[in-house]
Amino acid sequence: MQSRIDPSGSQTLSPATGMGPALLSMRNVSKSYGDRKILDGIDLDVAPGEKVALIGPSGSGKTTILRLAIGLVEPEEGTIRIDGRYLWHEEDGGRLRRASNKHTRQVRRSVGIVFQQFNLFPHMSALENVREPLVHTIGLPRPEAEKRAAGLLAKVGLADHLTKRPAQLSGGQQQRVAIARSMALQPRVMLFDEVTSALDPELVGEVLKVVRDLAHETDMSMLIVTHEISFAIDIADRVLMFDTGKIIEEGPPSQVLKAPQEPRTRQFLRAILER
Amino acid sequence: MNSFGWDWSYAISTLPDLFSGLKLTIIATFFGSILAVLIGLVLCLVRMAQIPVLSGLASFWIQLIRGTPLLIQLYFIFYVLPGWGLSLAAFATGVLALGMYYAAYAAEIFRAGIEEIAPGQWEASLTLGMPIPRVWTGVILPQAIVAVIPVLANMVIAMFKETALLSSITIMELLAQGKSVGSIHFRYVEPLTMVGVLYFIVSYTAARMIRRLEGRHAIQN
Repeated sequence: MQSRIDPSGSQTLSPATGMGPALLSMRNVSKSYGDRKILDGIDLDVAPGEKVALIGPSGSGKTTILRLAIGLVEPEEGTIRIDGRYLWHEEDGGRLRRASNKHTRQVRRSVGIVFQQFNLFPHMSALENVREPLVHTIGLPRPEAEKRAAGLLAKVGLADHLTKRPAQLSGGQQQRVAIARSMALQPRVMLFDEVTSALDPELVGEVLKVVRDLAHETDMSMLIVTHEISFAIDIADRVLMFDTGKIIEEGPPSQVLKAPQEPRTRQFLRAILER
Repeated sequence: MNSFGWDWSYAISTLPDLFSGLKLTIIATFFGSILAVLIGLVLCLVRMAQIPVLSGLASFWIQLIRGTPLLIQLYFIFYVLPGWGLSLAAFATGVLALGMYYAAYAAEIFRAGIEEIAPGQWEASLTLGMPIPRVWTGVILPQAIVAVIPVLANMVIAMFKETALLSSITIMELLAQGKSVGSIHFRYVEPLTMVGVLYFIVSYTAARMIRRLEGRHAIQN
């Protein structure tokens, strides 16, 4: 597939923090499914360590941003760079050409994602779920991988549940296993796709706490799609409001979430709070 | 002995011969099933892998096998191939024909099982950077195979009954034994009825066992 590329897309500073070159950088990214344009010319920079919350109505393109950032879907137009490296392109004498699958696999390894539906491997125990990428992606010896996996599970409060299968765990516990699993490869950018939306209300808190602790303890960049407004206020450095495939408002949470300028943002927040 | 009645002592006297036939029927089903599952899995994977030419061939092969009667395939291997220099013993022919015929069905069963796996399993594996062969062997196939075990088991029962066709290529399985006993005594009522009863007992018992296993599986989940 041929992409239209903006060759001038040099490293830019993140508007929110100005903390050096962006770790994740999207330029003029567009994505359609059939006739429906999901994202329309998005520019986005996320600085190292920056936590960005993505809000907006369903179908506005926020989940697609995450899927693009980890290379699950390919944009029709534009470029995506992670830590300076193009996800879908290779530089060839100053020009960009479509990268090999191997290149894309390499680059996406610095990105981790936690899904709304957990997507745990149901036939494996919690420990085996976390061990799987350690053994098969980075080739750690089994005992070492097991030790590390157990450590990660202890960190999300599941030290007593190592041998349980997903079906034997609550939704909140399953999602915490999924978080531990995606942390296993020590990604530099973590994506959270409505990680509490599939949970019973009483289980939301335990998962948000784990994400919050991660946000405060690590220097990972995070992109968090969420409807939990108070959570976003608490951990985000910056909030992006999406509507019909565009970022219509962005800024610190104190501004976007507490004193939004755009009528569409105000309307959306009102609808969320009245839920 | 009158020709319209039922002679119990004759019926019972046929059993040793019928049991030896049943034994052969079960052995043919056993090896046929192993062959069907192995070839079926390979056919399914080759077809799904979208390899140029090869996947198309696998697809065509499945259609060819499913679109012709097993009896013709049996005759083809037994009577036609020797003319082209490839001759197999009758029993090997029977097992091979059963295995290849049901492999085409097994391939479809595996495909259905694989397609049932939630896309999220692929997405999780890919975003974790796992190599594609490991995704198949560690994530997709273990789930798909467990899911289709009851369907495969029902396929084996169907194969068990279809082994009666092997009598047409001189294999002394259950039906052939019944016919042979009948021809010796010029009386077919008892032996052929007993043959039917034996097929029924075995396949009914097997079907009940599968049901039980399925039930237990459902409870566990």
